[in-house]
Amino acid sequence: MSGAKTALGWIGATPHRVEDEALLRGRGRFIDDLSPVPGAMHLALVRSPFAHARIRAIDASAAAESPGALAVLTGADLAAVSRPLGAVIRGAAEHYAAAVDVARYAGEPVAVVVAGDRYLAEDAAELVEVDYEPLEAVLDPLVAAEAGHVVSDRSFRYGDPEAALADAALVVRGRYPFGRWTAAPVECFGVIADWDHAADSLTVWANFQGPFTLHTVAAGALGLPAARLRLVTPPDSGGSFGVKAGVFSSIVLAGLTSKICGVPVRWIEDRLEHLAAAGSATHRVTDVEAGFASDGELLALRYDVIEDVGAYLRAPEPATLYRMHGSLTGAYGVSNVAVRNRVVCTNRCPTGLNRGFGGPQLYLALERVMARGAAGLGLDPAEVARRNLVPAESFPYRTPTGALYDSGDYAACLNDALDAADYRGRRQLQAARRAGGEGRHRLGIGLACVVEPSISNMGYISLAETAAERAAGWPKSGNAEGATLAMNPLGGVTVRLSTVPQGQGHRTVAAQVAAQALGLRPADVEVQSEMDTHVNAWTVSSGNYSSRFAGIGAAAVAEAAERLAEKLRCIAGDVLECAPADIELRDGQARVVGQPDRGVSLRRLAGAAHWNPESLPSGLEPGLAVTAFVSAPNLDPPNEADEVASSAAHGFVVDVAAVEVDTVTGAVRVLDYVTVHDAGTLLHPRLVDGQILGSFAHGLGPALLEQTVHDDEGNLLTGSFMDYLCATATEVPPLRILHRCTPSPFTALGAKGLGEGNTMSAPAALANAVGDALGLSDLDLPFTAPRVWERLAAAGEGGDRP
Amino acid sequence: MSSHSEIAVTVNGRRYREAVAERMLLSDFLRQRLGLTGTHVGCEHGVCGSCTVHLDGAAVRSCLLLAVQTDGADVRTVEGLADGERLHPLQEAFREHFALQCGFCTPGILMAAADFLAHNPAPARNEIAEMLAGHLCRCTGYAPIIDAIAAASGSGAE
Amino acid sequence: MKPPPFRYVRPDSVEEALEVLGEHGEEAKVLAGGCSLVPMLNMRLARPEVLVDVNRLEALSGVACDNGSVTIGATVRQAALERSPQLRRELPLAAACTPYIGHFVTRNRGTIGGSLAHADARGELPLALVTLGGSVLAQSQRGQRSIAAEDLFVYHFTSALAHEELLTAVHWPAAGPGWGYGFAETAQRHGDYALAMVACALARRDGAVVEARLGLGAVADRPLLASEAAEVLVGQDLGGPAGDGAVAEAARLAAAAAEPFDDLHASAAYRRRLVAVLGEQVIRAAWESASGTSGSAG
Ligand code: FES
Ligand code: FES
Repeated sequence: MSGAKTALGWIGATPHRVEDEALLRGRGRFIDDLSPVPGAMHLALVRSPFAHARIRAIDASAAAESPGALAVLTGADLAAVSRPLGAVIRGAAEHYAAAVDVARYAGEPVAVVVAGDRYLAEDAAELVEVDYEPLEAVLDPLVAAEAGHVVSDRSFRYGDPEAALADAALVVRGRYPFGRWTAAPVECFGVIADWDHAADSLTVWANFQGPFTLHTVAAGALGLPAARLRLVTPPDSGGSFGVKAGVFSSIVLAGLTSKICGVPVRWIEDRLEHLAAAGSATHRVTDVEAGFASDGELLALRYDVIEDVGAYLRAPEPATLYRMHGSLTGAYGVSNVAVRNRVVCTNRCPTGLNRGFGGPQLYLALERVMARGAAGLGLDPAEVARRNLVPAESFPYRTPTGALYDSGDYAACLNDALDAADYRGRRQLQAARRAGGEGRHRLGIGLACVVEPSISNMGYISLAETAAERAAGWPKSGNAEGATLAMNPLGGVTVRLSTVPQGQGHRTVAAQVAAQALGLRPADVEVQSEMDTHVNAWTVSSGNYSSRFAGIGAAAVAEAAERLAEKLRCIAGDVLECAPADIELRDGQARVVGQPDRGVSLRRLAGAAHWNPESLPSGLEPGLAVTAFVSAPNLDPPNEADEVASSAAHGFVVDVAAVEVDTVTGAVRVLDYVTVHDAGTLLHPRLVDGQILGSFAHGLGPALLEQTVHDDEGNLLTGSFMDYLCATATEVPPLRILHRCTPSPFTALGAKGLGEGNTMSAPAALANAVGDALGLSDLDLPFTAPRVWERLAAAGEGGDRP
Repeated sequence: MSSHSEIAVTVNGRRYREAVAERMLLSDFLRQRLGLTGTHVGCEHGVCGSCTVHLDGAAVRSCLLLAVQTDGADVRTVEGLADGERLHPLQEAFREHFALQCGFCTPGILMAAADFLAHNPAPARNEIAEMLAGHLCRCTGYAPIIDAIAAASGSGAE
Repeated sequence: MKPPPFRYVRPDSVEEALEVLGEHGEEAKVLAGGCSLVPMLNMRLARPEVLVDVNRLEALSGVACDNGSVTIGATVRQAALERSPQLRRELPLAAACTPYIGHFVTRNRGTIGGSLAHADARGELPLALVTLGGSVLAQSQRGQRSIAAEDLFVYHFTSALAHEELLTAVHWPAAGPGWGYGFAETAQRHGDYALAMVACALARRDGAVVEARLGLGAVADRPLLASEAAEVLVGQDLGGPAGDGAVAEAARLAAAAAEPFDDLHASAAYRRRLVAVLGEQVIRAAWESASGTSGSAG
């Protein structure tokens, strides 16, 4: 039955989500549902229509006279009372909340209008006259690299890649561009800001998702000590997938506007603004070389990567480039690898967190050359994968670039996937069809084996600096999280999280974890998901990203609950006159192990602790509230050899995609899609599958449909949901999910993150499948029917052939 | 200045008499004037479906209607879907099938699905998918939503 | 994304509506289902001074069938074409293309008259009306006139309706004995504007096509009739040995007749290709469905 306790207790059970009742009744509390301060004025932004233009003058006089308008502020007005947003590395243009003198991407804010409601604010915004002098725009990463817009250029070398490539029987080379796309949560950004001039402090409510490193960045730009920037997130957020990390620059914009105007302000981003200016994944072009021995052994990898981060290097970029650094060799046991990473600026919107975060781009290149290597050697790609997978007995496994892979049985997962997909049968069918002279519809099978890192090392970004530069600064490392747990006088439990859920069901899982430790039912545990930087236990790494909840967020809850349980056992031991170690917490009782009738209710213990602290065993602190912080192990700062354990846990995903391509229309149909996951211990298997399904849809999007497109002048062509094609129910094919479980030795509950794996694997698997179907090595994403058809026509195939 | 009109509208069985700016969207009226924030706004151009409500029994996009157009009409929002304490069968099915994550798209889908099932009591899976294609959900990948609607329908097909 | 200011008028009669339209001309916009107009208002791409809401005009909401034609009031919702058994029977082609118009929820509100007056070159109903050779009734204070479908669509988003005219009703030729219909489109996603669409209506008697019409949508600045292509089918037994050749030739001519353009989503060449592929498909579907007494569209 759904929701029943498993043999292991509540962990691994599938209770209903505690979030759902309110959400189903329309009683969620999202940012635009809140009115935390009375009298907030509404903002509308004037945005640059040009990708690159000098702002010669701004005439706001007509706008200021517009009915209901309170003020119009220019970028220069905001800059006058702020500092630029801090960046990880120098070299890019200074970035303020709104453009000063020069606008560097279409959609960049250039002025802010404050008015009584959004309708009036938009009326006034239309009246702001900006005199632009258009400048030449750079939009393509390769052009940007040529033109010298490189803000970081680092080369890394591990093992002896040159020698290994020279020895290889086969070297496969390829260029794999991964265009921009955006996770596009259905809820846009929202910020409510209230500057208190008396206290010279700012309180902001925003659907920001973390990481709270960006709280520091925002405070810096606002010129505030961090303690005077109070940031509160609403209990509910309408999805983020990384994107809402980007809210931080709007927090600065709204905060400054409130400061200057002396009123609280409210900015609710609309969809056109979101698609133009909220942020997106990077545009990356990867040149890759892979050397193979004749038996399929992968001998070396060499990457040359150019990453477009947009007009400004917005924190935490260039993190997209380094998030996967420890996993550049993917799931394969190769020891020679070289990479050159160039970060370039273009006249496109600044990039940022976006589901998969560097993984989709890396694995597209890596998995394509693995498949092509197999083809080049006349071997089956599954055999080549198997030949190279990190063997089960080598865990924990240190990759050449420094990651410490915790656990897994990659070959077993591959076997599971091949079996489930009837790989052999499909290959036979394919061979038979090819032998018969293939007709209009071509069958293709694609494989992807990806390591899914979770719980990012806060220090990996510093790889953008040289070892010497790093040595001159402060080292950064680790990934920690805090949680607070309290038992009230009647024995009820509250938990306060700093993981800022965006729909994943953290409250449900936190209740399971706490209930497990305290011998209660999840329903006895009330979980608060609001983040309030003045209230919560948090640190810079707090927040919702790098699939860190199961591994570290839930671990913080477990640790706090365990400490509270320990305290309850002490009190109970005193009452029951036995050693605390002999007490077990079960069914709302503290009982002597093995003597079920010797017990006391938790409610009574809680009452005693609150009402009669004098009765507590001596030395025991009064109160029943615990705040615990935990930190993931092994996440040292990058070392002098530029090795970094970029993540704490590593799940494994194998996908097998079977597609059919209609050569007459170019249409790609997914016939079957199997994914096998090993994410360690599953805390709530139904929520796990939900993450996998969502992550798959987000990977399928950029593979088959979604792309953020600008024209040659830098105008956004995909500026509405009419043209930015989010996959809908009719485009997402059924997904068959299988699990394996090798618990992580590095996380408290053995769980690994799993919310991004298929976003990383699906583009690669589908690219391999389509490539296999058509025998083309250089088909670029997304595989929309018109694009596939054009490519076939160019190859003299399909096209005009019926 | 924009003009105002007085409207009388029934929402979730309750009568309201309000002066509204003629250009005010129904979605804003419901959310900002009546405090019925269960109706969500995700695009304001009719694509995402999260603003879907019932107007005189038919599912419509509230971002594509003016509040003034509902004068004399009967509107139902997600807040009016359950029968008091008892959840609507669709709401039950959504909970049972884990058909929501962030829940932002959910109210619109519930309202659309309720009307859809009234016209198609036993839909096939692909018919449900085609109806659902009018709604964006970026969390669930849709499959659990199709499961839930199928379960709540007469066909009960999973 | 909030509409600019305008004055909202809800006339009580067609006469009153015409009066407002006559008075404001170009500055007035008719508000029907709002599925196309309101997004444009929200994006401030349209800024009429006056919005004339015709949704409550009883006179525009009727359906009448007589003598082989069906007259549908301008504000009848698109959903009626899929839900009314009578309309499905009488107008199989329009019914067949309706599921492709937007989505379930937008069809509840979107009107048949509105989608014709909007004159979107990618619209399904404009294509159906052109293919069937229907017409619309336009009224103004000066009187009323009938506009043939082929004359109604001037170019993308521009109809032959004058600013002071109101589209009040649509005349559709009803399905006759021996007629069959086919409709197909290709879009990026279900419910999106098509990259190309083709509709076919043909009459079959004594084992051969006696009359054929072939319409192309989304491949020109208006729905097109591919008359030369349709002509090829006349006199042919499409199920017979020469049938394949005739169908292929008609599809080829249809593709040649298209006037497609490049855009973000697809090239002109691709759209032309689709016309040929879809053309064959719908001609066959029309032929098949014409075999029965009442046509069911494919
Ligand atoms: S907000 Fe109405 S459809 Fe998106
Ligand atoms: S549940 Fe988040 S968008 Fe659907």
